[in-house]
Amino acid sequence: MIQNLVDGVLVGSILSLGAIGLTMAMHMLRFANFSHAELLSIGAYVALVFDGLFAAIYPALSSAIQPLSLTWSLCAAILISMALTGLSAVLIDRLVFKRVRAKGGELSMVFASFGVAMILRNILGLIFGLNPKLYSQDIVFAIVVSRDPFLLIKPDQVFTLIAALLIMVFLHLVLSRTTFGYSLRAVAENPSLAQVSGINLDRIIVLIWLIGGGLAAAAGVFYGLTNQINPVLGRDLVLPIFAATIVGGIGSIYGAVLGGFLVGLASNLALVILPSGYSPAVPFLIILAVLIIRPHGLFGEERT
Amino acid sequence: MIGVLSYLVFFVTVASILSIAVLGLNLQWGNTGLFNGGVVAFFGAGAYGTLILGGSPQANQLGGFELPYLLALLGGMVIAGLVAWIVGLLTLRLRHDYLAIATFGVAVAFENFMRNASWLAGGAQGIRGFERPLRDTLGNGFAYNALFLCFVLVLLIGTYLFLERLIQSPFGRLLRAIREDETAAQSLGKSPSRIRLTSFVAGSVIMGLAGGLYATFYAFISPQDVLPILTFQIWAMLIVGGAGNNKGAVMGTFLIWGAWTASGWALSRFAPLDVQLYTGSIQFVLIGFVIVGMLMWRPQGLFPEKLVVSQSARSKG
Repeated sequence: MIQNLVDGVLVGSILSLGAIGLTMAMHMLRFANFSHAELLSIGAYVALVFDGLFAAIYPALSSAIQPLSLTWSLCAAILISMALTGLSAVLIDRLVFKRVRAKGGELSMVFASFGVAMILRNILGLIFGLNPKLYSQDIVFAIVVSRDPFLLIKPDQVFTLIAALLIMVFLHLVLSRTTFGYSLRAVAENPSLAQVSGINLDRIIVLIWLIGGGLAAAAGVFYGLTNQINPVLGRDLVLPIFAATIVGGIGSIYGAVLGGFLVGLASNLALVILPSGYSPAVPFLIILAVLIIRPHGLFGEERT
Repeated sequence: MIGVLSYLVFFVTVASILSIAVLGLNLQWGNTGLFNGGVVAFFGAGAYGTLILGGSPQANQLGGFELPYLLALLGGMVIAGLVAWIVGLLTLRLRHDYLAIATFGVAVAFENFMRNASWLAGGAQGIRGFERPLRDTLGNGFAYNALFLCFVLVLLIGTYLFLERLIQSPFGRLLRAIREDETAAQSLGKSPSRIRLTSFVAGSVIMGLAGGLYATFYAFISPQDVLPILTFQIWAMLIVGGAGNNKGAVMGTFLIWGAWTASGWALSRFAPLDVQLYTGSIQFVLIGFVIVGMLMWRPQGLFPEKLVVSQSARSKG
């Protein structure tokens, strides 16, 4: 039970990072982006490539930071991956979503994102193979925190949680203290009025993809660090991340954070009563529950 | 010769069954503007429903009620409609994203549930032991398959004519009115959410019919048949054919299903052995590009919807 709680918080922090970008894009561009979770996969694999590259150039970097399995080269690779994944999100928008947006309605975008997800996921599979990969071959043993109730935690998990929280605090400061944060919230409130006040909508959209992509990359690496990296990572996470945005209310960044933790906790606690085979279906049950009890989520506003 | 002919019968049967599902999606998307991201759940509900209701009893498994075939098929459609009704009731009042996400979710949950609930439908191994109707009199050979094809074609034509009549009826006009301008339709005293729910359930029942036929054809269904890729293929067929146009929907189905089987065949025939492991991935990438390309360059499809212009507007223009 305690183990489920702790695991839930951990998975929750990863889902939160993914959901923040998704909820921003969904709010601003008004479409459910089914390819967002693929950004997590891209991030995880880009970090894998650069981790290997740095370790090959400076072998000294490839030693693990005790007691983690994380290496200095992976730390550097995470930053590169966040930047590159953000850029690929912008590129995907330029190549596909922007053109579809110009041509048709919001729902064509939803379907285009289905197509983009399919392409990205399978190209990753073609490049990196269908077998799971790991950042580190070293086995890091979980630490027994307490025996009664029994609780196991891996050092990497603690690192992931702290790093995810730090990223969220940083984002909060950017949103609440900078001009960029103000303009972002202004656009979210009322796009036309924001434009009248001299905010460049196109630039804001680019920034949203950059931030969303960057956060997704971090989430992908953290997921890879605590589980494993495989091409269907995005497919497995797309529903929990959507559930997080719906729990929080579509468009609410703080809602997405809270939603991520709630979905993570609920999915792990559900394993106490359900056989583990059913866990992929739990996010759907959460979505149903939210739609019945509070259709617009915790912080969402009523909009059509 | 008979080999080619029997393959042709096989191909046309599967394509016709899928056409029925695409027609159902066309009612939801093409005519009403509802995004169903989980076609496979309704297809699967019909398939599982038909086999559970019409199959023979299996050990440690619910079902095997051995109902007469047509009743079982109808039961499968009803089950598909019920699932759609629940999902629709919860999401159709909200902004459109919710329907897309919830239907996607119901498909994931459906596949997951069927894979795990071995007490209900055999779990990962699927449902076996289904006796195809009239097998005793017709045997298992070519004659049976040819006759089954006729049965499927009759249902396809029936569905097609029904939908053509429906979209020309006042109800069809109402669907398009809601799709184009919900507020205007509401101001005329129509209830968009109720009409949308009707259309969503009707489309899903048609998908359930397709699923039931599919399961009958193979006399078997397993979670492997209800993977999300099927939703995607059915969507590709509609988008390529032309949303809003029933003829286009059927043409698109034959085109995409032909391209899919041909590319699978070509890859297995000509690709080197180590590439063949990735046949699925290559096909998925190709179909993904077809979709994204269509949406960017020809969103109306190969056979665009013929827009009906009212007489008064025409005389003015």
